[in-house]
Amino acid sequence: MKREPFFWISITCGIVIMAFIILPLIQLLTSPSVEMLRESIGDRDVIRSIWLSIYTAGLAALISFVLGTPLAYLLARYDFSGKRLVEGIIDLPIAIPHPVIGIAILSVAGKNHWFGQMLAELGVRIMGSVTGIVTVLTFVGIPFYLNAAKAGFEAISPRLEKVSRSLGASTFSTFARITFPLAWRSMLIGIIMCSARAISEFGAVVIVAYHPMVAPVLIYERFEAYGLKYSQPVAVWLVSISLILFLLLRILTLHKVEEQ
Amino acid sequence: MITIRELDIDLRDFHLRNINLEVAENEFFVLMGPTGAGKTVLLEAIAGLTPIMRGKIFIGEKDITGLPPEKRDISIVYQDYALFPHLTVIDNITYGLHFHKINKGEARERLTQLMDVLNLSHLQHRFPANLSGGEKQRVSVARALMVEPKVLLLDEPLSALDPGFREEVRGALKRLHRSSNITFVMVTHDFAEALSLAGRAAVMNDGMIEQMGEIEDIFKRPNSAFVADFVGMKNLFHAEFRGTTALVSDLKIELRVTPINSHGYIAIRPEDIVISRRKFSSSMRNSFPAVVTAIIDQGFYYEVHTRSREVNFTSLITKSSLIDLEIQEAANVILSFKAAAVHSF
Repeated sequence: MKREPFFWISITCGIVIMAFIILPLIQLLTSPSVEMLRESIGDRDVIRSIWLSIYTAGLAALISFVLGTPLAYLLARYDFSGKRLVEGIIDLPIAIPHPVIGIAILSVAGKNHWFGQMLAELGVRIMGSVTGIVTVLTFVGIPFYLNAAKAGFEAISPRLEKVSRSLGASTFSTFARITFPLAWRSMLIGIIMCSARAISEFGAVVIVAYHPMVAPVLIYERFEAYGLKYSQPVAVWLVSISLILFLLLRILTLHKVEEQ
Repeated sequence: MITIRELDIDLRDFHLRNINLEVAENEFFVLMGPTGAGKTVLLEAIAGLTPIMRGKIFIGEKDITGLPPEKRDISIVYQDYALFPHLTVIDNITYGLHFHKINKGEARERLTQLMDVLNLSHLQHRFPANLSGGEKQRVSVARALMVEPKVLLLDEPLSALDPGFREEVRGALKRLHRSSNITFVMVTHDFAEALSLAGRAAVMNDGMIEQMGEIEDIFKRPNSAFVADFVGMKNLFHAEFRGTTALVSDLKIELRVTPINSHGYIAIRPEDIVISRRKFSSSMRNSFPAVVTAIIDQGFYYEVHTRSREVNFTSLITKSSLIDLEIQEAANVILSFKAAAVHSF
């Protein structure tokens, strides 16, 4: 059968895009020698920054999960005036340039703002602290969790919950026995996307907290001070460790699904 | 048993207005009406699953208007089954037991009994995804009855099923209703279903109840043009069945199928009855002499009322046929219709 020209155009575009994504990554991963990789993972600054990245991104995902789940459910189940507006606000962090996010958060948390003063009185510091990093990462990551969890809840027929209620289950039991078991996979995907987004954040973090250094900031610093060659090994470690973590989560969850 | 007083519901794009309804204990009550009439909304209001604006709902003497759904003792069965996809058949059926204090022996007995009546025993460990429509609906009914509710609400439980399964689930519903003390309220738009199952019914239209009463009265004496049109089948007769013959007074009407019961109803749509002046040979197995008693102008067609022995038929005819056949009051005619046009239930 003779293929339409459109078929060949699609194939060509596809190959270009695949190469565009994969080529730089392969180049990055294969550039540093084993020697350099070993040396950089022995570097305590590197280990500390990668650990800080993972741990702050994880915390951001946890906060998004705890605060975001009820809102995601509300948005999936109820129609109210202003719902579109709320959904638009949720997507805002995706659209705002990253340094602007950092600046915006600092301007609220600074000494000149009543909220910043209140935080200061409570002993909470945003500028240059782990708290500040987690705040920023939550800001950029939470839309991804909310949207994934909302889609998960929307996919469950409200009638399942209604039947559950009519059979004697309270709202809470219904969530625990029906909604959660059917939505947890979407929620988990939301958590993975949220932490993936958080772990890759640079622009907003660098404004709020240059120190303590998360991995992307450390990579940037090495690049500025010593050049491309010295930033590559750290980058390779960050990419590999995050990939392994995400893969592990995916495998674990797929495994559980098959058991079911 | 169920008393609804002056109920109003306001949803974004839909309203129920001034619903008053009375369903007796252990009754099989049917709600009929076209799509969008508000039948499902009314069911959900009874179950406490839709917020209401005004009015009261009682179960027996108890005002349940403010009670959450889990405290009402009302089960609901939806047209799309709403089975929990992550639970097996048996876990679906016993779901409600987590929230009811029932001793284990009694629960097991009830489970066995329900699975027997609904023929589910061999499906216990399957997941809903691996069931046919009829099986899913039977599981859904078993799950609803497992908690022994006071009222069972059924939202078009048969309309998504293939005809074969429909018959089967309908039979099961009938048996379950007879053998329990539970009040059934069912939504349907199928008259055969309503007649074979229900005692009383209400016809809804556009958020209001148009007519309520004995189902036969609704069919025979519709009190509004809407109900008359909605009911559609004008030739509805009480009949005794002998094999594939239905006896209406002393008319022997041939059927295509053998009814299960010894007596029931038959119905013939007026447009299925052919009027002629002389007997003619055709494949139609029913043919009776009759006398024209009335002719009513309906615009595009005429409604011809005839009487054959003691039985009154209504049929439809076009204006040109009326003139060609020279049909007028007191004229002698022959009524013919196919055995397949006779609906029995």
